[in-house]
Amino acid sequence: MEHTLPALPFAMDALAPHMSKETFEYHYAKHHQAYVTNLNNLIKGTDFESKSLEDIVKSAPAGGVYNNAAQVWNHTFFWNCLSPNGGGAPAGGLADAINKKWGSLDEFKKAFQTSAVGNFGSGWTWLVKKADGSVDIVNMGAAGTPLTAGDKALLCIDVWEHAYYIDYRNLRPKFVETFLNNLVNWKFAEANFA
Amino acid sequence: MNFPQRAFPSSTLATSGGISTAMLENMSFPYELPALPYAMDALSPVISENTLRFHHGKHHQTYIDALNKAIDDTEFQAMPIKAMILASGAGGKTEIFNNAAQAWNHAFYWDSLCEKGGGDPSPILKQMIDASFGSVEACRQELLHAAVTQFGTGWAWLVLEGKKISVMKTEDADTPLTSGMKPLLAIDVWEHAYYLDYQNRRKDHVAGVIDKLINWKFAADNLA
Repeated sequence: MEHTLPALPFAMDALAPHMSKETFEYHYAKHHQAYVTNLNNLIKGTDFESKSLEDIVKSAPAGGVYNNAAQVWNHTFFWNCLSPNGGGAPAGGLADAINKKWGSLDEFKKAFQTSAVGNFGSGWTWLVKKADGSVDIVNMGAAGTPLTAGDKALLCIDVWEHAYYIDYRNLRPKFVETFLNNLVNWKFAEANFA
Repeated sequence: MNFPQRAFPSSTLATSGGISTAMLENMSFPYELPALPYAMDALSPVISENTLRFHHGKHHQTYIDALNKAIDDTEFQAMPIKAMILASGAGGKTEIFNNAAQAWNHAFYWDSLCEKGGGDPSPILKQMIDASFGSVEACRQELLHAAVTQFGTGWAWLVLEGKKISVMKTEDADTPLTSGMKPLLAIDVWEHAYYLDYQNRRKDHVAGVIDKLINWKFAADNLA
């Protein structure tokens, strides 16, 4: 199947000033699009051509097909983790699971901040639900994704420099803090947890 | 600033040529940011002054600061930086390794570039490149390919192994020093190296670096 760039769940300028329109013009329209284009080119005439995106991510060996497929999936997931009315607090079962693990939302935020800032190089920091129903924070490098680890992805932040360099330059800590306080879409995470 | 000279225990730890690299290798704890070997605007327009201000003044500085913090009160504190890179890499001390290697990789990268660089290497280096790659153009293509295909963060290198020159790429902070190769040139392909000037167009950036900024004299000096 031909993979296509999914529409953003908000307008390109909807997250300004936290994430600028210019960032989305590159991050979404160039980087995400390039992963889609590369994936389509790489799978042409291979067994992967008939597989769904998730199946490719789960079955491709390390290398170009995996990297591009996982980056397509991760970016689509990441856009859904952002909201123009983001921030605030989670509710329901997810809130309970976070409190059980970290004691409070503030302690979770501190732990997530530390992980995302310490995720060396390019990669992704995830909040995941484990098989036993508990939640955890997982750092992954490059095109890493929980799809291959068997955990359920609840939330993520992209810490490749292209995610924040236009708006924050070298200040990754400020980007992560803004994500947690102003952008995070807890409704999406709650739906993933349910 | 005071940079005490050291006696290095073996030839593999000999001080590399190049101003920034030599400064760093001759420092002891606490480390300071080695100076750039040229003015902030010397590499413009391929690498803008704005990019160098962030890349040198913020990113490289942050690695130096994080290194000092990580080695304070450890047995690594007394080691010369190359020995520290090898020991921390072998010992799985990731935080020390990442910051020590990035401190050194960046110093070596500054020396790998110069105003009005590019062109042809000097005769001896050119002869070795011809013998290893067939031509300077083939070497250029291979270096460009390595830099463009290094997925995520990392570095592309020209290295010497025995008499043969080859291209390698490394991930994140990894450096050819840990695999016993002798680095001749480095190209940084972390996005912070080019995002302000080229955004997603890494290939345009790397082509500009190779054609206009590569310091072939530094590479030739490193053969020794």
